[in-house]
Amino acid sequence: MATGSQPGRKGRGRAKRSVVPPFRPTALRLLAHARSGDKGNTANVGLIALEPEYYPLLVKQVTPARVARHFKGMVSGVERFELPNLSALNFLLHDALDGGGTISLKTDAQGKVYSTALLRMEIPVPAALARRLRRE
Amino acid sequence: MSERVVRIAAGQGFWGDWLEAPVRQVQGGPIDYLMMDYLAEVTMSIMQKQKSRDPRAGYARDFVPLMERILPEVVARGIRVTSNAGGVNPPGCAEAVLEVARRLGLGGKVRVGLVTGDDILGRLDQLIAAGHPLSDMETGRPLAEIRDKVLSANVYLGMAPIVEALRGGADVVITGRVTDTGLTLGPLVHEFGWPADDWDRIAAGTVAGHIIECGAQASGGNLLKGWRSVKGLADPGFPIIEASADGSFVVTKHPNTGGVVSVASVTEQLVYEMGDPRSYITPDGVADFTTIRLRQSGRDRVRVSGIRGGPRTPMLKVSIAYFYGYKAVGTLVYAWPEAYEKARAADRILRQRLKDLGLEFDQILTEFLGVDATHGRLAGKPHPDLPEVQLRIGVRARERAPVERFTREIAPLVLTGPPSVTGFAGGRPAVEEVVAYWPALIDRRQIEPGVRVEIVGA
Repeated sequence: MATGSQPGRKGRGRAKRSVVPPFRPTALRLLAHARSGDKGNTANVGLIALEPEYYPLLVKQVTPARVARHFKGMVSGVERFELPNLSALNFLLHDALDGGGTISLKTDAQGKVYSTALLRMEIPVPAALARRLRRE
Repeated sequence: MSERVVRIAAGQGFWGDWLEAPVRQVQGGPIDYLMMDYLAEVTMSIMQKQKSRDPRAGYARDFVPLMERILPEVVARGIRVTSNAGGVNPPGCAEAVLEVARRLGLGGKVRVGLVTGDDILGRLDQLIAAGHPLSDMETGRPLAEIRDKVLSANVYLGMAPIVEALRGGADVVITGRVTDTGLTLGPLVHEFGWPADDWDRIAAGTVAGHIIECGAQASGGNLLKGWRSVKGLADPGFPIIEASADGSFVVTKHPNTGGVVSVASVTEQLVYEMGDPRSYITPDGVADFTTIRLRQSGRDRVRVSGIRGGPRTPMLKVSIAYFYGYKAVGTLVYAWPEAYEKARAADRILRQRLKDLGLEFDQILTEFLGVDATHGRLAGKPHPDLPEVQLRIGVRARERAPVERFTREIAPLVLTGPPSVTGFAGGRPAVEEVVAYWPALIDRRQIEPGVRVEIVGA
């Protein structure tokens, strides 16, 4: 079930073509919450739909390729796993922690805030839903 | 027919967690077990460092005064404690707890179950010679490459020795490197008599353990969804599992405590430090997180059911700590105006000086707190009028000398660099020894015969 990607492989054009009306780029934080942690030099981000009905949108739009592009230069590769039972996706961000654990010099040596870094993404959302999310 | 329920309360989520939590868990309502997890991957290396300075140290020292506070009530009510506070020195930890029991006049009333056999430091050469490479699970490199730098090697044991200690009548079970989840699964297997190969129930108990192993992180602490509406975090209720014989359980907390137990709070904890959700591997079995069903069944009550699991693997994980080198981190604060520009100029000057001195580092990492320390370039361009920025620069090297010299290059920037700088009152940054983590696998048949469970009385 894992799907993987290296950052920067796919061109930008593909993402753009899907952003056609009636879709609107919308902040992921309006659709999901998240928690992150570490395993060695890999950070994991669990991305959880705020409402179960948003989950299919996350599956479709928060692809490993897009996440890899989002974190380009910060991670070496991205894997994604699906948990439909929890309306959640799990991302592994490889080589994200400057060696991780005690070796890392980063403030966020244990990847605790990669969660909100992922939520900075924007994804294409049907216009009607996008309007509703912005109002809330 | 009232169904039998076993209550397991989380008392500590890591070494350094809220000291009042175990006391609140014991006093706040009925519980059968108090589970206290002290060991993160990094923790073992810290304990090892302490033990190398003092052979009596190397366990979670906080555990002892904590037990002193709760032991009288724990004994009176028959609450049993499971903890991996023993770190790299479980006998030292057990002795300290028994000493406390004697001092409290509870001599003879407290039986400590002492679990050893996770420590394989003395067997490494023999194991390598016998064809067990103990390769790094991340890089694949064989342990032989760093053998002379190894400081500790501990196998993650599962629930079996905890079950054995409880069967032997232990009131307090003290272990070394036992999995966090084993501390919860052990009591459940003991109470319900689950067969060790009942993989679905083993998986269920493992998931229960995962949910409470980080303490309040499952009951409103660090909860992102609706964080403003989480009330009472000055006195958070730590999570409690109410388990049933069929493997289903409720996550809850004591009444009149802060925080929240919701589907969101439990889900955030479930995904924490997750790898492949279909195979959450422990020494006891493999849990499939894609089978977990969550349902809000009442206020601060989440019902967890449906969990499926698979057979345990023939391998056990080994946590090896080795001496890596040295690091230091220095900080300075630059004030408005042009705070970020000044901090960046200071970073350039410092790097030039390190270069001119001919110092060699494995890594020099600069972060600007207030600009990019948490989200890197994703944070975007900083506001031009930032009130202040903290320059944080770290170095790492195999040798001590360059790191030592680096620590003397921070303060001089105050009088020889960009203006409006402050925040150096802490003095020279400390040189830290880096003890790093090397995860490996070993055939369980090499380990299990050496696991010992002793019951020691006061």
